Amino acid sequence: MSIFTALVTQLLHLALILALAPVLTGCVRWLKARLMGRRGPHPLQPWRDLLKLLKKRPVLAENASAISRAAPYVAVGAALLAAALVPSFARGMLLAPFADLLLIAGLLALRRFAMALAGMDVGTSFGGLGATREMAFAALAEPAFVLAALIFAILAGTTNLDVIIGIFQEGALGLRVSLGFAAVALLAVAVAENARIPVDNPATHLELTMVHEAMILEASGRHLALWDFQASLRLTLWLALLAAVFLPFGMAAPGAGPIAWITGLLVFIAKMAALAFTLAVFESAIAKMRVFRVPEFLGAALLLGLLGAVFLFVSTGLS
Amino acid sequence: MLIALALALVVLAILSLAAPLLAWAALGVRVVYAGAALVSLVFAAGGFVGLVSAPEALALPFGPPWGAMRLALDPLSAWFLLILGLCGVAASAFAFGHVKGPEAPRRLVPYPLFLAGMALTLLAADGFTLVLGFELMSFASWVLVAHEHEQAENRRAARLYLGFAALGGAALILCFGWLAAGTSAGAGFAALRAAPPDGLRALAILLLVVIGAGSKAGLVPLHVWLPLAHPAAPSHVSALMSAAMTKVALYVLARVVFDLAGPAQPLFWGAVLMALGVASAIMGALRAALEEDTKTLLACSTIENIGLITLGLGLALAFRAADLGALSAVAAGAALLHALNHAMFKTLLFLGAGEVLHGAASRRMDRLGGLIHAMPWTAGLVLVGAAAAAALPPLSGFASEWLLLQALIAAWRVGDLAFQIGAAAATALAALAVALAAAAMLRFYGLVFLGRPRSPRAAGATELSGAARAALIFPATLTVIFGLTPGYLLELAAPALRLLTGAGAGLSALGGVTVTVSEGGAGYAPMIIFAVLLLMGGAAVWFARRQAPGILHGPAWDCGFIAPPHHLPFGDPTTQVSAAGMAQPLRRMLGKTLLAAREQVEMPPPGSIAPAHLQAGFHDPVLVLIAGPLPRARDRLAALAERLRDFSLRQCLGLGFAVLLGLMALLIWLERR
Amino acid sequence: MSFGQLPYDLAHLLGGAVLLLSFVLLYQRRIAAVINAFATQGALLALAAAWQGYVQGAAGLYVTAAIAFGAKAVLIPFALHRLVRRFNLQRGVDPALGIGVSMIAGVALAGFAMLVVLPATAGQRALAREDLALALSVVLLGGLMMITRRNLISQVIGLLSLENGLILAAVGVAGMPLVMELSTAALVLMLAVIAGVFALQMGESFQSLDTESLDTHRGEGE
Repeated sequence: MSIFTALVTQLLHLALILALAPVLTGCVRWLKARLMGRRGPHPLQPWRDLLKLLKKRPVLAENASAISRAAPYVAVGAALLAAALVPSFARGMLLAPFADLLLIAGLLALRRFAMALAGMDVGTSFGGLGATREMAFAALAEPAFVLAALIFAILAGTTNLDVIIGIFQEGALGLRVSLGFAAVALLAVAVAENARIPVDNPATHLELTMVHEAMILEASGRHLALWDFQASLRLTLWLALLAAVFLPFGMAAPGAGPIAWITGLLVFIAKMAALAFTLAVFESAIAKMRVFRVPEFLGAALLLGLLGAVFLFVSTGLS
Repeated sequence: MLIALALALVVLAILSLAAPLLAWAALGVRVVYAGAALVSLVFAAGGFVGLVSAPEALALPFGPPWGAMRLALDPLSAWFLLILGLCGVAASAFAFGHVKGPEAPRRLVPYPLFLAGMALTLLAADGFTLVLGFELMSFASWVLVAHEHEQAENRRAARLYLGFAALGGAALILCFGWLAAGTSAGAGFAALRAAPPDGLRALAILLLVVIGAGSKAGLVPLHVWLPLAHPAAPSHVSALMSAAMTKVALYVLARVVFDLAGPAQPLFWGAVLMALGVASAIMGALRAALEEDTKTLLACSTIENIGLITLGLGLALAFRAADLGALSAVAAGAALLHALNHAMFKTLLFLGAGEVLHGAASRRMDRLGGLIHAMPWTAGLVLVGAAAAAALPPLSGFASEWLLLQALIAAWRVGDLAFQIGAAAATALAALAVALAAAAMLRFYGLVFLGRPRSPRAAGATELSGAARAALIFPATLTVIFGLTPGYLLELAAPALRLLTGAGAGLSALGGVTVTVSEGGAGYAPMIIFAVLLLMGGAAVWFARRQAPGILHGPAWDCGFIAPPHHLPFGDPTTQVSAAGMAQPLRRMLGKTLLAAREQVEMPPPGSIAPAHLQAGFHDPVLVLIAGPLPRARDRLAALAERLRDFSLRQCLGLGFAVLLGLMALLIWLERR
Repeated sequence: MSFGQLPYDLAHLLGGAVLLLSFVLLYQRRIAAVINAFATQGALLALAAAWQGYVQGAAGLYVTAAIAFGAKAVLIPFALHRLVRRFNLQRGVDPALGIGVSMIAGVALAGFAMLVVLPATAGQRALAREDLALALSVVLLGGLMMITRRNLISQVIGLLSLENGLILAAVGVAGMPLVMELSTAALVLMLAVIAGVFALQMGESFQSLDTESLDTHRGEGE
């Protein structure tokens, strides 16, 4: 019975994420447009684009190899699995025992690698540039993420996300300086990983500054749809991760019934809406930074994570 | 089994002796390589048997004056023998596949000796045999590094390698001599174990073994020879040097530090190894992300991985010092697993680079590109290795690095605040090294196999076939299998872990389908993850392909840049990103501070149509030290020593007298203690 | 008090936020952003003081909070912004030490502060010990900022943020007399005024607030 419940939770979660991901991207775009005084496209526009692109025939460059054709599926598969591991409205999903933070980092790295390979496949200057920058930024973002995982693991005793959320939900840990530093570090990593302002501009094709868009310049048709979809999945995954760890209230306990699920769902949607609004305000308020300031930005996140860990050692040593 | 292994060593010696004759015909050369492959297979089998059965020991009927030479096969040596065997099979098969005719004896004769030296080091059960094997390994590999001695850079690499090998050998001889000084029964391992060193002597032994084994394994700051020497050897030897020889050196390190130096070491021993490991990991990964030569890049990546393994060993030692047996087993398990995994994917990558060198006639990434079209098999197999080296799930590199990071995350349980802070920094730096390695591997794969050919020779590359292809398929398959079965590999390694950490408990939790760090802790189940990943990817394929048919081909869009002229049908290849260009962000981010990287733009004066020049490069600080201040200090010392020759008779007598007095003073001091 | 109790947690978190702002100060390049970060730090400090006042039931701390807010979050930043506009300093400040290096040095200093404070205060309550470590880190980071910046305004802000650390330490300790705090606050205002006058003088004489331009004029005068 419990396995059945876990399976149902997992499938519902997956369906929710699949349906929500493009809507979330659309919402952020719409909110940004409203904040800037424009009318903005409908929040469902990304879904419409996806369905339209899926029906179109992809055009590949003459010297594209099998990498260009296989990479989008690898990236979507990895992003989908990572998103399936991060709980949304309920804990105790079927894959919860494997929802390890380091594995999520690994899956995101797999996604990134596939994307960078696709960027280099045709041999254009923009693709190579984007791939180079993406990997270089990830070199600093990944350790910051691992340090955040370290902080959670010291507090919760494990890097398993489901257990971490369970312990944070009990609230016995209180507010902690280390958690605050971890939150800041994780936010910076999230901004970099999702190619948002101030690290990258998701809405531009301005060659000199872009990272993410540069790698998928050659993609078209269903390949482009898949790339866009995995970008949406990644944004949803990160917001869900931040919501689950730092705002763990309202999530249904493992094995809870449908009523708790509905409450959890409503709370989840409220949390995501709040985060999307914050993101839109943040992106509207600040300017994109120069590419060569990004390492400083991520390096600061890394050092904050380290500082958080140090504070944690001190406080666990004292109490 | 041990007798069979000893006989295998004899076979290798015979092959080496017969090699000068066999080298005259292609058939003879094939016989040597086939024999080496078979013997390697015996080694691998011996390693497997040694892990599942009880330890064996054997005293040879000959040896140095103070006792017979002894061989033994215990779980720790068996694990490394397994690694050596698997690498040897692939490397020998690759060499077999590339035999075209007679071969120079200087390439053929040392090869069996090299294998024999490594195996002898692993099987040795006394200090003399171990040092003998180690020196044989160093010497044979030196001859192989110097095989193309017509080129000045190869001569330089071989000279540097010889210098470091001599340093390492001297340190090891001193180390074992000092270890044996505490016993009266010679340098047999059992006697050494019975009289572990303490105090200042223990410290000296740690220092000596770190120099001796570290200089062979490529630990910073004794790594500078490695990126020069490994690429200079033939590709199959490069693979063996990177994948197996460095592991043999780490075996010596683990044997002395964990086993022979007694069951209890202070915490700082672990901290020293961890610091060296982290420094190597960062330095290796960063250099790998900046190098422009395929084999040099791979050699630098070896430094990184050796650093990670050393980090795991150091952590295991620290956990053992803090009486955390189960965690110690996790850290040691991560180190052993990564040693095996790295051996496999690095063999694969070096053989792949050798194939590229053979097919496209260059090691410089700026002359390669687009090889995925001409060499699809090589490209596909190397992709497996590159992805494993980039620590991507579900391949083998991710499994062992996951375990290592988990062990690092648990390092705060040691309890000492300074160690905790250091371990947190080590965690961050290890993650940084892993991410840098991913960037380096992307750069390697993208520049060599993707994009458009950067030279006509690359456009006309030829694919591999026959035994060489099998030699690449073998490690690639193992990389995939090892990635899916880390739990079972850890169960196989359990006897070796018990030997290293002395922990019986906690090992049972490690193995199986799901690798778990502790009861109720995080788990990694690669088979399930892989199955779900396949399911998700498959669903994406099914969903996306359901609707739209076919694919069109057209010219690259490239942001609307104009089509290339007719004489350049693939466009100007230099408009692609170059090796130096791809290194630029990391060179600016980290290279300036760590490697003294520099970039200089020379602009022509206004109005001139001369091209601007960008010069970029970096120096390894240790190499700079070796090239500059160290020789100068040596010259000064030599000049000082020269003055001894001008001494008058009285001064010479006085010198001898002073030495005598000094020795007597030493004696008094020693007796007073 | 220990972890899990709101009074301690919030005080601790506010202290952590003040320290975070110190890092932001180190990280920023543009002078206007530095001033804004400093203003935020002042506001957070005021909040921390007010919270301590509420927890300890000490009315004097509310006065401290009010002074801190008025002076550091409003008055001084306002004056500094005017200075910047007057001398047209919107361009980036070039730090004498790279941002990355100074950040690493900052984290090292925070760890150093921890190692110094913890043994020295053995036997005290955990609350006092950790908050003292936080405050000392803020002080050291302020000092670091004074060393690594060439611009006069940045240096003044470094000094003021150093003083923020002192206040943070003072409010955390129960029973600190109000007179002490008032006098420190007055001292800071004096400092700010002197620095402002100095900046005005310097700006008019050299058309620059780069303190290194002073080095060539050493020993002149009379």
